[in-house]
Amino acid sequence: MAGALSPEEVAHVAHLARLELTGDEVDHFAVQLSAVLEHVESLRRLDIATVPPTSHALELVNVLREDVVRPGLDREEVLAGAPSAEAGRFRVPPILGEAP
Amino acid sequence: MSAADGNSPALALSARVRTGELSARRAAEEALQAIAASDPLLHCFNAVMADAALAAADAVDRRVAAGEDPGPLAGVPVALKDNLCTRGVPTTCSSRILEGWRPPYDATVVSRIAAAGGIAVGKTNLDEFAMGSSTENSAFGPTRNPWDLDRVPGGSSGGSAAAVAAGLVPLALGSDTGGSIRQPAALCGVVGVKPTYGLVSRYGLVAFASSLDQIGPFATNVGDAALLLEAIAGHDPADSTSIPLDPPRLVASLDHGVEGLRVGVIADFLTDASPSCADAVRRAAEALESAGASIGEVAIPELLHGLSAYYLIAPAEASSNLARYDGVRYGLRVDGPDVEAMNARTRAAGFGAEVKRRIMLGTYVLSAGYYEAYYGQAQRVRTVIVRAFATAYERFDVLLAPTSPSVAFHLGDKTGDPLQMYLSDLFTIPSNLAGHPAMSVPFALGEEAMPVGVQVLAPALAEETMFRTAAVLEAAADERARGPVRPAAPSGARG
Repeated sequence: MAGALSPEEVAHVAHLARLELTGDEVDHFAVQLSAVLEHVESLRRLDIATVPPTSHALELVNVLREDVVRPGLDREEVLAGAPSAEAGRFRVPPILGEAP
Repeated sequence: MSAADGNSPALALSARVRTGELSARRAAEEALQAIAASDPLLHCFNAVMADAALAAADAVDRRVAAGEDPGPLAGVPVALKDNLCTRGVPTTCSSRILEGWRPPYDATVVSRIAAAGGIAVGKTNLDEFAMGSSTENSAFGPTRNPWDLDRVPGGSSGGSAAAVAAGLVPLALGSDTGGSIRQPAALCGVVGVKPTYGLVSRYGLVAFASSLDQIGPFATNVGDAALLLEAIAGHDPADSTSIPLDPPRLVASLDHGVEGLRVGVIADFLTDASPSCADAVRRAAEALESAGASIGEVAIPELLHGLSAYYLIAPAEASSNLARYDGVRYGLRVDGPDVEAMNARTRAAGFGAEVKRRIMLGTYVLSAGYYEAYYGQAQRVRTVIVRAFATAYERFDVLLAPTSPSVAFHLGDKTGDPLQMYLSDLFTIPSNLAGHPAMSVPFALGEEAMPVGVQVLAPALAEETMFRTAAVLEAAADERARGPVRPAAPSGARG
């Protein structure tokens, strides 16, 4: 099947996406994602190599504003929504293996 | 079509509140009572904002008493899709990963509704992060269709559509990335509008696919939908993709008719729709012709590639947007020995199956070696669709199509087959890819006496023409196809 994804590829993509999947999920997604990729296969056969891509419906331009100080979000209110905070900052587990 | 028109309950309610004939508090209490009575059956709401709604209503009443004008939405209860940020009120996107998170700010549309005198009464259920076409992907359970409780309301804005269809609120907001306002509107017999991309600020709308997402109104009728869109549209410096234009004037010209308007029926979509959905479009075209429009058929086969392009572009953008749910800044965290394990465990526990599927698909099509073949090709197809629309709009002012390929399906019918679910959006997706406005108007009863919507499509910023066309369709529509409907009624019966 064109565009089919193997369970190994699914596991690799899950790692890239930072999703811890179970073995069952990996097998299930391999089948379902392969079906979607098969459906979109017709697009890959379209002869449109010379057509420019559209990334956005609007003509996007840089939006500039006066560089003036404005109030931001309240720090305490923002941190209140986080799972863990300490000393005015987000708290996370060890990143580079240093002692907690 | 005037403010006194009994068929426009929001316009009528606002007029009564502004003259002091009806208190905003009474209107809010009635909405809250209706929600309390029906929501256990329907599950439209993730959260009801009773205290905040009553306080806001009292403030409107005080302004009326002081001789001030509270605004065009004075005292009108409005339901908000639960992916719109409300300061201090949980905003979940129907996802476990955001459960309990309270935004530190209001979305621009939420502020604008309040500034217009509208009363936010609650947050409505959706497919998790707006990914789905049935509202069955909610972590908090599905919403049911008030026309038949065994059927889905459509999605992803199913809670908002069902709340308006059941008469719990006269107005609601949804978001539409590939049809998430129009398809549930069609399945629930209400009006749903996806405005031109950039007409309504997305500031405070939790991002799914940023180049496609757009906020829009639900109402039981075209006039009320116009009223709400006027209130939320217009430039917002907080959204860099917001178009720097004044909001359109829609209500004032609703009754101007379609004399001389050139209407094209998209022929390619009729063959893929159920008999009743295709027939409704043909009869809608006849109604417009009777009202003085000229009708033609137009073949735009390029639009049929929209679905495939969408299911590459939207997951790609989603995989990037949803990277922020990493267990650090919002809601859920599942601990792990290091940051990466914590990230992966939090996301595994917090996201449902469909969200994981789309993140996986998006990550794959953006990954090294596949980017050009999938994502790049989908972006070129997007150009092909934009050009095909442009060619059609040389000959026509608006286009007609079915909104949905079928009437509302039964709960569980499509949950096992993602691809079948994706096909629900076949006719709505092209407008998102092009950034154009489109809306669904309830028009007829279809298979098994369920409502059928007809979709009006228009070029960018042609909302005024689109609404005039919709108003003519509404006048010609089968009255029985339109909410509100009593939720406990048996299949097809009206309340």
